[in-house]
Amino acid sequence: MAYSDKVIDHYSNPKNVGTLDKASNTVGTGLVGAPECGDVMRLQIQVDNATGIITDAKFKTFGCGSAIASSSLATEWLKGKSVDEAVKIDNMDLVEELNLPPVKIHCSVLAEDAIKAAINDYRSKNGLEQLVFEERIH
Amino acid sequence: MLKLPIYLDHNSTTPMDPRVLEAMIPYFTENFGNAASRNHSFGWHAEEAVDYAREQIAQLIGADPKEIIFTSGATEGNNLGIKGVYEMYASKGNHIITCTTEHKAVLDTCKHLEKLGAEVTYLEVQPDGLIDLKALEAAMRPTTILVAIMYANNEIGVIQPVKEISAIAKKHGALYFSDAVQAVGKIPVDVIADGIDIMSFTAHKMYGPKGVGALYVRRKNPRVKVTAQIDGGGHERGMRSGTLNVPGIVGFGKAAEIARLDMAGDTERISKLRDKLENALKVIDETYVNGNPAHRLPHVSNISFKYVEGEGLMMGFNKDIALSSGSACTSASLEPSYVLKALGLGDDLAHSSLRFGLGRYTTEEQIDYTITAVTDTVLKLREMSPLWEMFKEGIDIDAIQWAHH
Repeated sequence: MAYSDKVIDHYSNPKNVGTLDKASNTVGTGLVGAPECGDVMRLQIQVDNATGIITDAKFKTFGCGSAIASSSLATEWLKGKSVDEAVKIDNMDLVEELNLPPVKIHCSVLAEDAIKAAINDYRSKNGLEQLVFEERIH
Repeated sequence: MLKLPIYLDHNSTTPMDPRVLEAMIPYFTENFGNAASRNHSFGWHAEEAVDYAREQIAQLIGADPKEIIFTSGATEGNNLGIKGVYEMYASKGNHIITCTTEHKAVLDTCKHLEKLGAEVTYLEVQPDGLIDLKALEAAMRPTTILVAIMYANNEIGVIQPVKEISAIAKKHGALYFSDAVQAVGKIPVDVIADGIDIMSFTAHKMYGPKGVGALYVRRKNPRVKVTAQIDGGGHERGMRSGTLNVPGIVGFGKAAEIARLDMAGDTERISKLRDKLENALKVIDETYVNGNPAHRLPHVSNISFKYVEGEGLMMGFNKDIALSSGSACTSASLEPSYVLKALGLGDDLAHSSLRFGLGRYTTEEQIDYTITAVTDTVLKLREMSPLWEMFKEGIDIDAIQWAHH
């Protein structure tokens, strides 16, 4: 299968690979996917508690090139956004930006799930109620 | 100067040997006759060429030329061999024994026959990929007409104990069919010594052309017959109708002759390169070689690089190196290789595997390049892998409740 140039670029030069302190209450961590499915994505956000702005984002992904590119791009988009704006990131925006073919849409869904899981982790650490997202069929 | 890309997918197909192409060319233009045309010299020339190829191919596997039935390839051979026996020997029984790591052309043929009333036993393989002979013995029934176990596996290269398998089949009055597409031309195959009754193989896996294969059908001790699956002019002793692919057959014959003459030298050289590649990659932590290393084709190595995903791994070098992965991230089911799963590998290891298939034109320089490219990519992706980080922190990944999709 041929990958788009953008996928290849993110795969070759991934942005924001790394780890934030998951114990900190200013960090939200989302770990989604499963090794058996061939994709595991961990996405973390660092939030400025005063402003609600995401000041840093990191990821680590076990998966194909599209999964790596989806998570790399997601971290790029997260930085500088408020938590409320970040919730609105839609997987189809990732699909469009990376030109993902239909068989790779699940990679973008995983990235969106990871963002939401990270936000909920941050919210629960700070005594905020969990956001409820629609169940999706992957 | 190293020329890229490097081809390391020889279990999938092989390039044609230039000597084969040279032998074929006249049979497209000057000697274009139909081998079944008995009344003129064009037909005679074609028939003569086919007969010669039949001898070359028979010689490679220790058969009589009359026992070679030309087909379009091994998929057709597997269909004809298995369905043909099922129909021909219906009065003797309806039970077939095969195993879970067979090629789809065998498994799906068996499934098709199940719908028509066949009973099929799918033997599981041991963790090293070999079948358990005791389990085979125990599966035999009075109604067993066929044992269909491959000679060597296409994904992991393990070579089944064919002599022992054929002896068990014979003892119970069943025929032994072998899909030998990966073995013929690569390792010595002798249908008499191996006790094989029916065997399929193909030209394009041994540096011959695509679109031509053969089914060996034993004529003595016992005399085996298969019911034709393609009806028509009664070619190939009535077992496979259709005008013979004369240039393809000529190429197949030449490829068989070269394989027979060059096998010892090729094997020595290629297995050394394979071992060099495997030993260098095994140095990487948490790397596992799949399949029994002592009973394996000389040119194949299947390795799992734990905590990195196969397709993502290939992306690191697939511009420059062509090989296959057991991962199936692109397939709708997202299911990894059923062969690796049949060995009892977890899905994670199956997703993390690469198959290296070396060949006649593989050079040491190509192997050195591959070692560096694969090692670099594995290390880079592990730095990016959350599973690797957890493993390094001593977290038991199997104990985590993953949200399954």
